[in-house]
Amino acid sequence: MSAGAGSARGWAAHTDRAVVAARVILAGAGGYAVAALATGWLALVLPGSRAEAVSAATIASFAIMAAAVIWVFAARTLARAALSLGLVAALLSVGLWLAGAFQTGAPA
Amino acid sequence: MNRPQSVRQSMAWLHTWSGLVVGWVLFAVFVTGTASYYRAEISRWMRPELVHSNLDPAAAVTRAAAFLQTTMPDALGWSIRPPSTENPAVEVYWWRDPAGPYHHALLDPATGEQANVRDTQGGDFLYRFHFELNLPPIWGRWIVSACAMILFIALISGIITHRRIFADFFTFRRDRSAQRGWLDAHNVAGVLALPFHLMIVYTGLVTLSSMVMPWAEMTAYRGDLLRYYAEAGLMVPGRPAAGRPGEALPLGAIVTRAIAAQSETPEMVVVSSPGDAAATVTAYFVELPGLAHLHPQIAYDAVTGAEIGRVGEAGTATRTGAVMVGIHEAHFAAAPLRFLFFLCGVMGAATVASGLVLWTVARAPRGAKPEGLGLRLVRFLNLGTIGGLPAGLAAYFLANRLLPVNLAGRADWEVRLFFLAWIAAALASAFYARTRAWSLTLAVPGIAVLAIPAVDALIVGEARFLGFDAAMAVLGLLLLVGARLASRRRLVRRRTEAILHRTAEA
Repeated sequence: MSAGAGSARGWAAHTDRAVVAARVILAGAGGYAVAALATGWLALVLPGSRAEAVSAATIASFAIMAAAVIWVFAARTLARAALSLGLVAALLSVGLWLAGAFQTGAPA
Repeated sequence: MNRPQSVRQSMAWLHTWSGLVVGWVLFAVFVTGTASYYRAEISRWMRPELVHSNLDPAAAVTRAAAFLQTTMPDALGWSIRPPSTENPAVEVYWWRDPAGPYHHALLDPATGEQANVRDTQGGDFLYRFHFELNLPPIWGRWIVSACAMILFIALISGIITHRRIFADFFTFRRDRSAQRGWLDAHNVAGVLALPFHLMIVYTGLVTLSSMVMPWAEMTAYRGDLLRYYAEAGLMVPGRPAAGRPGEALPLGAIVTRAIAAQSETPEMVVVSSPGDAAATVTAYFVELPGLAHLHPQIAYDAVTGAEIGRVGEAGTATRTGAVMVGIHEAHFAAAPLRFLFFLCGVMGAATVASGLVLWTVARAPRGAKPEGLGLRLVRFLNLGTIGGLPAGLAAYFLANRLLPVNLAGRADWEVRLFFLAWIAAALASAFYARTRAWSLTLAVPGIAVLAIPAVDALIVGEARFLGFDAAMAVLGLLLLVGARLASRRRLVRRRTEAILHRTAEA
């Protein structure tokens, strides 16, 4: 906040508020979605016992979410942030499908 | 923020606004969480009737089981915490449904009857408020988790923003300008305890992860949480009730076996399906010496007393998670380290508070320009939280000493007075004159907190409470010092204005 406080004020006032709101929503909902998908996928694919994979994936989940949120705010444009997050989420969904998360019945 | 700009500018914006929107909740979470490092001490002070006696824990547990047998023989579960130096009474819970309600009582270890003690939540109220905000648990935990995640983001973006982090660490420009001073104070408090801040927020999220991030258990275990706990080495697998009655051994006999097996008294004894032929008694022991929050557990058949199973060995990742929970709660820490954690927690609260004040100072209009609604709202919330919460705490502790001991619903009244005092102090701060608002808002709780040791000395006056009373005296004096500093800054400003005025006249 040191250097940015003064300029941030003037600049935020001129910014399209809707775009800022969109980034906030994308960061919250998109960041959580990516973290949830990644956690679920890691729990299925990490080596070691099933319980260990669950523990490791859960511990990592909050770092994943934080990274996604920081990316949404650091990205040059909202569209770029949304596209990259959507791409990661799509890839993770495919990974989950390949790992058998959407099959019915008990996992192996 | 859609205009192209540097990453540091975006991060500065993110740090400012993420810190602001959750600042008030975080301040309360930091203060009550920091106090929770001394939860047992607070509970002992708030229940002055309880004195530790060297009674046989096995006999105390048998008496507690007799109490539970008459209170709810068909319960789904009972839990019994044997007496210890930390917690002199036997604490029991009993429930019919895993979703609750969980009934609670404190028993006299010598008689097994309800202990003759004032009704209070003690330190547990502050502890639970720290992650549930006195809301329904699901709401409270989700809100606190969301605030913790936003704080984590604020920390990361603060670090990115703050390029000169190590140089500024040695910078404190108190007299340059108010804004510089607050910025430096925010940086010093934030950076000095930064490893603690990062640790406490991340480990706090991990502590609540089974509620807010259940997706690993969802995919790998299809949501069967108990199976995960058993396989991970966190819990002894349970067994279903037989559906026919069984004659259980005296519970103390099983506790004696558990003491022999582990050479220590269990911290907690849980009976599942009491009275059933397949009733199980699980003894939980205090954490192993070390950082991890892993409780050794042994399960016994309640009828035969035979050992059924022990908790498995936790793997590396599970142990890492347990260490995170362990560090967050600092159960492992002996007195000096615990005090260091306490000081770091205070620094956390100070970082949040200075950041909130900095927001208003940086936006104070220059000259005679009117103040915006946003600025006034933030200032009101700052005064109401930073000054109001100490007022609530003072009311909570004073109510514990001053309310009639036999008042019906006494524990609820203590909590009610906590919130009433907080709200009253916050509303009052809105009516103070602008220039005196901070000094008054800090002086009122300062005097109230200073009254705690005096009231305690008059009403209870026991030497074993000197530590708590001294801590309250220090807190009260610190609040008064803060009030004095706030009023001195006003004098400095008035002097500067006078000089400017004279210069202008000349």
